[in-house]
Amino acid sequence: MPRLSADRRTEVRFTLNGRPVAGLAEPRLLLSDFLRHVVGATGTHVGCEHGVCGACTVRIDGGLARSCLTLAVQVEGCTVETVEGLAPGPARLSVLQEAFRRHHALQCGFCTAGILMSLDTLLRDEPAADKARIEEVLGGHLCRCTGYGPIVSAALDAAERLSEDPGAGDAPEERDGDV
Amino acid sequence: MKPARFDYQRAESAAEACEALAELGGDARVLAGGQSLVPMLNMRLAQPRLLVDISRIEALQKIERSGGRLLVGAGARQAALLSHDGLAEAAPLLAAALPWVGHAQTRARGTVCGSLAHADPSAELPTCLLALQGAVRLRSSRRHRELPAEAFLAGLMSTAREDDELVEAAAFPLRRAGEGQAFREFGRRHGDFAIVGAAAVVSAQRIRLAVGGVADRPMARDWPALEGSALDDALNAFAWELGARDDLHASARLRRDLVRALGREAIEEARRCRA
Ligand code: FES
Ligand code: FES
Repeated sequence: MPRLSADRRTEVRFTLNGRPVAGLAEPRLLLSDFLRHVVGATGTHVGCEHGVCGACTVRIDGGLARSCLTLAVQVEGCTVETVEGLAPGPARLSVLQEAFRRHHALQCGFCTAGILMSLDTLLRDEPAADKARIEEVLGGHLCRCTGYGPIVSAALDAAERLSEDPGAGDAPEERDGDV
Repeated sequence: MKPARFDYQRAESAAEACEALAELGGDARVLAGGQSLVPMLNMRLAQPRLLVDISRIEALQKIERSGGRLLVGAGARQAALLSHDGLAEAAPLLAAALPWVGHAQTRARGTVCGSLAHADPSAELPTCLLALQGAVRLRSSRRHRELPAEAFLAGLMSTAREDDELVEAAAFPLRRAGEGQAFREFGRRHGDFAIVGAAAVVSAQRIRLAVGGVADRPMARDWPALEGSALDDALNAFAWELGARDDLHASARLRRDLVRALGREAIEEARRCRA
């Protein structure tokens, strides 16, 4: 592939939550900034910008990734998924998101997008994940509000629902009405 | 924190990557998983003129067994090695140590060879490579060569790689019959770099222990099959020889204690696994 020059912006194209997106990026532009500032998808948050806090976690080609440790030019042609893609519809939440709401698994919400991506991926791969596995995956994130307990409870609750009914992730779910 | 400017080239082959490295030498850096390099770019501790991205070169992503060794290509991710079929039997030390490497989120991107090339003294994979007496394959436009772990790991975040060389693969010897392997680590939190990491490889006649996190690079010792207080003495001598220092994370004394305690635990577990 030809070398991309440091000062030139080139077009980057990839699939974001099932839709094609394109935008201009210098080689040094981080994927986190491309998502937020070029595409306008601000669901993905940025905390530490060196891979420690997990706020910016997304999925690239099905696997977890820190978007602050990924260059936008690196995801050319890839499939990227962010928190905006988790809900099955505009007025509905995923099983995991519903569980977060029931268990008050977020306060300020800064960490939430990244944590949802990690736990969604865990429950996708291991619908019956236990507490130890959930805590292990949560270890890759920092939350300064909740003390983590409610997040673990929410994930366990979601795991229980998903392993009882593996289709629950895709099926429409009524809201709890506890707004 | 944003990286300084750099050119970017997505190499389509190892040969293309080597050409770019030959042209720019130390002004170019190789990007594979980016889990060590991109933080350094973001903090501007590294400001290369060119990044050579090798992450899409399929030939470098292979993990294969050949000649009694497990060959892990430069593009192979830590998560791919951890889920490699039969890893727990073929290379139990790697199966035990990999879960300690960063977090699931960074293992999904970070590569095995990238961690070796970064050569952080407390990183798990260099310690394992040294314990197993593995090697690193280097390639440039001029030559191919292979360096044993102790020659490759040259010091604090530094290796014997020349500026125009690409780490092409790591070679980890497969577990031999009658050999036991075990890994122990102590850190502030799981996923942090180790304060001390210990990797033991034990056979009927000998013990080999590698320790990371204390000296400027992982260090190893070989002993005959010592027992009881003779083993304690050997571990104690090793703990002092490593020249531990006080720093923000731990005192020298704690580090020596950990070398003795984790060293013994790793050796004992490796012995149990031999059975
Ligand atoms: S912003 Fe990416 S890990 Fe903190
Ligand atoms: S909810 Fe505030 S940081 Fe987690």
